[in-house]
Amino acid sequence: MHEWALAEAILTSAREIAEKEKLTEVTEVTIRVGELQQVERPILRFALSEMKPPLLKNAKFRILKAKSTLRCRVCGTTWPFDSKGMDKATAEAIHFVPEVAHSYVKCPKCGSPDFEIASGRGIWLESVKGAKQ
Amino acid sequence: MVDPRTSVISERLSRTSRIIAVSSGKGGVGKSMVATTLALTLARNGCKVGLFDLDFTGPSTHIILGAQKVQLKEEKGIIPPIVHGLEYMSLVYFVGDNPVPIRGADVSNALIELLSVTQWGTLDFLVIDMPPGIGDAVLDLVRLIKRIEFLIVTTPSLLAFETVKKQVELLCELKMPIIGLVENMKMDKANCVRVETEKLGLRYLGSIPFDPQVEDSIGRETKLLSTAIGKTLREIVKSAVLAEKRER
Repeated sequence: MHEWALAEAILTSAREIAEKEKLTEVTEVTIRVGELQQVERPILRFALSEMKPPLLKNAKFRILKAKSTLRCRVCGTTWPFDSKGMDKATAEAIHFVPEVAHSYVKCPKCGSPDFEIASGRGIWLESVKGAKQ
Repeated sequence: MVDPRTSVISERLSRTSRIIAVSSGKGGVGKSMVATTLALTLARNGCKVGLFDLDFTGPSTHIILGAQKVQLKEEKGIIPPIVHGLEYMSLVYFVGDNPVPIRGADVSNALIELLSVTQWGTLDFLVIDMPPGIGDAVLDLVRLIKRIEFLIVTTPSLLAFETVKKQVELLCELKMPIIGLVENMKMDKANCVRVETEKLGLRYLGSIPFDPQVEDSIGRETKLLSTAIGKTLREIVKSAVLAEKRER
């Protein structure tokens, strides 16, 4: 599952931050998940709990959602990404590599594929909280 | 806010001994042909090899290999399908024949995403087919993969070589190792590219004569290996790539 690879990245990054901050225990990790990547949050949560390293063994994971907004570079129109009506293969391709949305999505006003992903692309680590000795 | 993906890239490549980016300052010099043939030749020499097409907007290694559409296998990430003995990854698995109109930041994001979710096996070599130029992909790879090596391709044309010189200057400034330079599509015996390459302090790996059979070999890997590209790459692999064994 792709979510497992992302979970591994989150855990590695959170551990690196904790070590840098000299935390002896991580208590909370906040993750923001962009809608465009269509991450299955229950799978991500399960993968995080299964793979967490000792430093994060008591960590609580807060997974927040970020709305995905696309902005046309040609006419300036802003619109939300919506996978409804998309075939399964296309939605899955965008799930794996969100940038391939440019191959399937067009501006609803002018039809251009030249848009920017203004928000809600993929996964971001928002904060790592913990205790110092 | 931290992008967590970059932290696992070195782990994803930890079982790969050497990473070779086949690159050129100029387009149309035959990078993809050289990258694909290099990968196939290394595999025919008993090496475990991966081929990664990073030319997102103009991918062509899948056509050279005659790769078929496959259902990607997932195992805590994406397992690259095996194509003619190579672990093969390309954006075409996700976009098919559709154009990919992406710009700088999107190129970087797609590159980071694929590097962070692709589960390469244990490889002796990962060959990367680079997009032309010294833009996002080159700078991102230099930033993200510290032990990458470059193999530069040019044609005898002054137009190609002048851009290659700039690329070499940049790579030297960034202290990136360069295996050497291959002169592709050579049509005469002139040795100016060899002389200029050596002036740059680079190893001139060899020249590939222009071979009209190459076009016919597209999609037929065995035939590709019997063309002038195949023959020259066999020599280069022996003398300059396999000769330099490096540890992971």
